[in-house]
Amino acid sequence: MDRMHWNTKALNRADRLARSRHALGGQLVGKRVATEAIGTLLEAVLEPNDRVCLEGNNQKQADFLAAALVQVDPQRVHGLHMVQSVLALPEHLDIFENGIARRLDFSFSGPQGARLAKLVSAGAIEIGAIHTYLELFARYFVDLTPKVALITAHAADAAGNLYTGPNTEDTPAIVEATAFSGGIVIAQVNEIVDGNATTLPRIDIPGDWVDFVVQAPRPNFIEPLFTRDPAQISEIQVLMAMMAIKGIYAEYGVQRLNHGIGFDTAAIELLLPTYGESLGLKGKICRHWALNPHPALIPAIEAGWVESIHSFGSELGMEDYIRARADVFFTGADGSLRSNRAFCQAAGHYACDLFIGSTLQIDLDGNSSTATLGRIAGFGGAPNMGADARGRRHASPAWLKAGREARAGRGGASGTPRGQKLVVQTVETFREHMQPAFVERLDAWTLQEQAGMELPPIMIYGEDVTHILTEEGIANLLLCRSDAEREQAIRGVAGYTAVGLGRDRRMVENLRDRGVIRRPEDLGIDPRDATRNLLAARSMRDLVRASHGLYAPPKRFRNW
Amino acid sequence: MSNLTPGLESLDFIFTGQRHAAPFEPVLVGVVGSGNLEVMLEPASGTECTIHIETSARGFGPIWEAVVRDFHQRHPLGGVRVSMNDMGATPAVVSLRLDQAVSELPA
Repeated sequence: MDRMHWNTKALNRADRLARSRHALGGQLVGKRVATEAIGTLLEAVLEPNDRVCLEGNNQKQADFLAAALVQVDPQRVHGLHMVQSVLALPEHLDIFENGIARRLDFSFSGPQGARLAKLVSAGAIEIGAIHTYLELFARYFVDLTPKVALITAHAADAAGNLYTGPNTEDTPAIVEATAFSGGIVIAQVNEIVDGNATTLPRIDIPGDWVDFVVQAPRPNFIEPLFTRDPAQISEIQVLMAMMAIKGIYAEYGVQRLNHGIGFDTAAIELLLPTYGESLGLKGKICRHWALNPHPALIPAIEAGWVESIHSFGSELGMEDYIRARADVFFTGADGSLRSNRAFCQAAGHYACDLFIGSTLQIDLDGNSSTATLGRIAGFGGAPNMGADARGRRHASPAWLKAGREARAGRGGASGTPRGQKLVVQTVETFREHMQPAFVERLDAWTLQEQAGMELPPIMIYGEDVTHILTEEGIANLLLCRSDAEREQAIRGVAGYTAVGLGRDRRMVENLRDRGVIRRPEDLGIDPRDATRNLLAARSMRDLVRASHGLYAPPKRFRNW
Repeated sequence: MSNLTPGLESLDFIFTGQRHAAPFEPVLVGVVGSGNLEVMLEPASGTECTIHIETSARGFGPIWEAVVRDFHQRHPLGGVRVSMNDMGATPAVVSLRLDQAVSELPA
């Protein structure tokens, strides 16, 4: 490190900008780069071994810039270190295959997980680490600061101001880290306004932080990840939702929460205005949410259950509904949603009393993971949502009750009064094709051996899981006082899986007497009442109706 | 070769009933569809509860045995023939359908 000079970043930045201006010539007007000159710009700006964020979010993708990066000359641009939250597009891995990139730090690889695993074992990719979203954003400001950020926005004006609109997602975190550390920010946009006759609805990213803007030939790709068709919710999921509402939400008085994606949580959302209402719970639970705009929450919002929702991202088709329910969602003066993944992850971690989500495998210690053999996928935000916030200091009734249950009868440091976040794993004991959700040993351990990882990829640690909910009942792990009790509590709700059949029946009955395990009948729930008639919407069409026609589902969800 | 549809597995169980079902019309609940099953209850002579299963999911005999044993512990019926046509329902769905079917019987 050269500490005789203190402005090397500014000089390097000036070099890159001068190279770009020179290379682009007349293809650069102000900050606007001609669409066909994107390759020229990338080759001029990028230097070998640069740290680059190619904006890949959970939902929106800088797909035009990704395609352009694959096309650059590997003689000029190579050895890049990619630092981005999500690997969603094939291009995100193509750049490793052709040598443009070498090292990777990320959070989630969803659909690319299998190919990623192959490239890692072939030695084409060096993985730095797999992070949670919040963890990766944190490192943007410590030791993984991008030198060049390739981002995407809905629209730009001539000054480079950006409107990211409902799908703001990761953009503010990426740009903040890059623009204030001497980096270069390049934005692809769907449209460019002139700033006079046409203006941006609002400014999400100030133009001062953006160096180049290029109009993409096609609008950026956005995935409707959080839409679940109510028609596919099963009676068993209705039963489990009844148990969640009566046995956990009502029991603890959960006011602030986050739901993971899936049919299990969609069922809970759709039962609030029906079953929840019949229990007299309106206003007593589920008032504040850290949640994407789930269409399944529309009936509860319409019935007046929900006071506020802050979102990580948006959801296709929900734009007009959100606009019309501005009291509930975070919206700009222009009326459209402002999402922000970093802030919403912080909100979910520190300001929510409960997280509930599904998983693929749970072991006898309560560790849970969605990692499967032959795939390197990461967990995105789940580990931050599904972890006790050890730094939390403000109290709420739900948090205090969970803390009391965990600490009762303990002394010393582990008995010091404090609260605890409710972390609920909800799974049917068998998934489709009779795959057991309960296992003696997580696949994560084998994956660790195969991929040479330092730790097994566990999504939610057993120490953080407070409740396991299955069709057989609820296991309250807060009340367990030994590893043996915890094991039997888990076996006791594991149904007819090998883990469940291996239970010590006497010990399980004892745990049931103590309320550690609660069956539907212990909660006053008759499984025969768990019918789809309890769902406030039973189809996509019902959701549209509940929204007064404001929700416009993407085509693939329209079956009428 | 038998006349079974290829791929189907047949399972039979017999339990001794403790409670003879009052006379009843046959009961049918559920549908044969992916992840689902139909359950039929019919009156039968004798004191036994016989259970016949046709399932498209092969190799789960021990789990079926545990599921129907628990069912008969909950409802120790005699004089009943239970028939199930299954297309890969989970044990949770099987137990629910069995309970739904029994609740249709006269008290």
